[in-house]
Amino acid sequence: MANLQETVARKFPEVEVAQGETLELNVPDKVWHDLATSLRNDFGYDNLRALIGMDWGEQLGVVYYIVNSTTYDMIRVKVVADGRENPFLHSISDLYAIAGVYEREVYDFYGIKFIGNPDMRRLFLRNDWVGFPFRKDYNADPDVNPVRLDHEEVEDTTVYYEEDPSGKIVEKQRVIFSPEQFVVNIGPQHPATHGVLRLRTAVDGETITKIDLYLGYIHRGIEKLCEAQGYPQTLHYTDRLDYLSAMINRHGLCLCIEKAMGLEIPRRAQVIRVIMDELNRINSHLLAMGTFCMDLGATTMLFYPLRERERILDIFEKTTGARMTFNYNTIGGVMADLHTDFVSDVKALLDVMPKAIKEYNKVFTGNIIARNRMEGVGALSKEDAISYNITGPTARSAGWNYDVRRARPYGIYSELDFTVVTRTGGDSMDRFKARITEMEESCKIIAQLIDKIPEGDICAKVPKIIKLPEGHWFQEVETGKGAFGCYIESTGAAQPYRLKFNSPCLPLAAVVDHLVSGNKIADLITIGGSLDYIVPDIDR
Amino acid sequence: MQDLSFITGWIDNFLSVTCGLAPWLTVTVECVLIGLGLLLLYALLALFYIYFERKVCAFFQCRLGPNRVGPLGLLQSFADMFKMLIKELITLNHADKFLFGLAPFLVILASMLAFAVLPWGNGLQVIDFNIGIFFLLATSSIGVLGILLAGWSSNNKFTLIGALRSGAQMVSYEISISLCVVTMVCLAGTMSVSEIVAEQANGWFIFKGHIPAIIAFLVYIVAGTAETNRGPFDLPEAESELTAGYHTEYSGMHFGFFYLAEYLNLFIIGGVAALLFFGGWMPLHIPGWDGFNAVMDYIPSFLWFLVKAVVITFVMIWFKWTFPRLRIDQLLSFEWKYLMPLSLVNLVLMVIIIATGFHF
Repeated sequence: MANLQETVARKFPEVEVAQGETLELNVPDKVWHDLATSLRNDFGYDNLRALIGMDWGEQLGVVYYIVNSTTYDMIRVKVVADGRENPFLHSISDLYAIAGVYEREVYDFYGIKFIGNPDMRRLFLRNDWVGFPFRKDYNADPDVNPVRLDHEEVEDTTVYYEEDPSGKIVEKQRVIFSPEQFVVNIGPQHPATHGVLRLRTAVDGETITKIDLYLGYIHRGIEKLCEAQGYPQTLHYTDRLDYLSAMINRHGLCLCIEKAMGLEIPRRAQVIRVIMDELNRINSHLLAMGTFCMDLGATTMLFYPLRERERILDIFEKTTGARMTFNYNTIGGVMADLHTDFVSDVKALLDVMPKAIKEYNKVFTGNIIARNRMEGVGALSKEDAISYNITGPTARSAGWNYDVRRARPYGIYSELDFTVVTRTGGDSMDRFKARITEMEESCKIIAQLIDKIPEGDICAKVPKIIKLPEGHWFQEVETGKGAFGCYIESTGAAQPYRLKFNSPCLPLAAVVDHLVSGNKIADLITIGGSLDYIVPDIDR
Repeated sequence: MQDLSFITGWIDNFLSVTCGLAPWLTVTVECVLIGLGLLLLYALLALFYIYFERKVCAFFQCRLGPNRVGPLGLLQSFADMFKMLIKELITLNHADKFLFGLAPFLVILASMLAFAVLPWGNGLQVIDFNIGIFFLLATSSIGVLGILLAGWSSNNKFTLIGALRSGAQMVSYEISISLCVVTMVCLAGTMSVSEIVAEQANGWFIFKGHIPAIIAFLVYIVAGTAETNRGPFDLPEAESELTAGYHTEYSGMHFGFFYLAEYLNLFIIGGVAALLFFGGWMPLHIPGWDGFNAVMDYIPSFLWFLVKAVVITFVMIWFKWTFPRLRIDQLLSFEWKYLMPLSLVNLVLMVIIIATGFHF
């Protein structure tokens, strides 16, 4: 760490270095690209975890969280753009593959243009949207942006910005699809995209040549909504992001707020949270597995995992009253105490799961057609996983053993005994098998805790109106899909100044083009199913 | 073994002698009657299969299946049929209207024509001529034309991909089917359906032809599943890739025709398998067991045929609800690299066995 600080001070004297929650660098835009190159190549900070657009009133800018993929050290970088009228920053999309998509999101919401990003279209909003909604001076008058009932024109070209040697910024055009290409819209209404995801797919016969990701069909502006809500009110949005990891997402936001408040959580609540998280993870993996098999045409294999998933949903329903958006975690603990049947129901589930997993393997995993469809299809390398900021089972099956529960333990995970499931192939079959093994690991975690739920309070005492001190916090949790991050920036008010949900599913969707090109249409479905992205989590 | 041709003979006699109609008029009336009979059978079989498949797949999937309309949901497929009949036929703006309308009829025509030569029972056969099985192969390949037209004329990218997949698939797998049929024709020594059945009076071909017949049957079942575009070969309508494939744009009864044709093709594949390998309507006869043979003869011949066909189609339904779908390149290489060479070798094997008299 000291080494990094010294080098930065020597090579980039303009950079302000501070030590907060993580090492924090305040970087002027003109040295940012060089510094990023140095960080990535010399110090191993090769995983761009989050890229958060910010409006600090006077200035616009971006906050980067960058992770070292072997030591899991995280640094925070703040880059500020000049002026509000036509702000430009240098892109780092040539260093981090995922930055291309993240920068488009920042452009969409804040209007910051990135020099060197090959594609500067909006990411979520329509092409004809007026203004940049996340700016604090955004005009939200419905007359400016009425509910448009006309069809959105799809553009086959995009603009990008380049700096010529004299330092002047020039706008250039780039063709996405040429008129000769046969472009099929897979989605937004399509059975295999698991939601309203649209993949504009150029095909040559059955072979896919290029995919253009078209997002925003379920964009609800959750982060913007949060800026107008008190902290307890922001919680329920997390259940509606990745609805299959609702418990875990909410746990993440609660942890972030509790960290900012310096709140001590009762032991009972912590144990309950971890058990619920792991049940939720099994639930998420079961559905991912079932729908993946259905995408491959094995409809029957959808129903076997659903049978076990029903048991988990019943357990959730008894305690929380809901089967999907649980609203269970709350700031300081959990909302309600466990149902009296909870322990016996969970034990019954733990008895059933090994048998069920054996059955899944018998019905599907060894099947020759299934193996031919999955093995070697959509192989993701470890370097690509890191560069595309892919986390969760997908990254671990590609050989990157990053698991937030182990790398940056939260709750009581540091006391628990479990294996981080890592595989090496990175293809669809590895992702499928990694999920099955993770379910076994989750069962192991639950088995360690289920007999040791301590008595006590389920929720700490929290004030009626929660105000966070001035500052910023970043908290990650491991959901079923990967690392889910919450970033809060507070000015001391009862509402967050900026609340960013760093979803694990956007990178998963962004990597599809990279994995699919040159494969068959059927492989697109295999790869999409095995990546297991959830569209509301992508769009937010 | 009762001969059901007395019924047809009686009708013919009634029309020409009792009513005194001219021969051409008698033939016309008979054709109309047969057409009506076949249409009725067609509808009933399709309804049966819809119900049967839904129930079978429900039990595979730990569900109950249709159970609300009528006892055990028996009236469900009737309700579905009436719903289908009264639904609107949506016409597309930028489609080739003539071909779009023609396609479902071509598909249904192919399966309808194939019905004409199936051995429904002892004496219950619409036309019986010396190239019956050849006629069946010829007519069933009209179906792919309808599918190609449907996909092309809908002016939709998904349907086009589905249709092209279907074309490649059905043309390929037709070869294996034909080779299997030729293998069995070698054993029978005739292409006439009634004679093929008669040949099996003292033992079904699957027993008489032993090894090559069993190989031919296995290849035939696999290729037949592909020929009907059913899982695991349901690429032309792979719902997770192409929504509904070539019939995505069809609605109402036009869609209904494709739906019916799928089930009827399933039945035809089962029926032809029953004819070639399991003796058509011929009861199970074991040489030397006269008592047993006499008991078997008491079971009506049409029941023998239907039950055999349904059992074989049950196996194909079982395939569909167990296996995941193949990919197009795997599908084609499976046919051209494995199934077709295998069935060619099998044909040679069968010829050798017949030449050396090694069969029963």
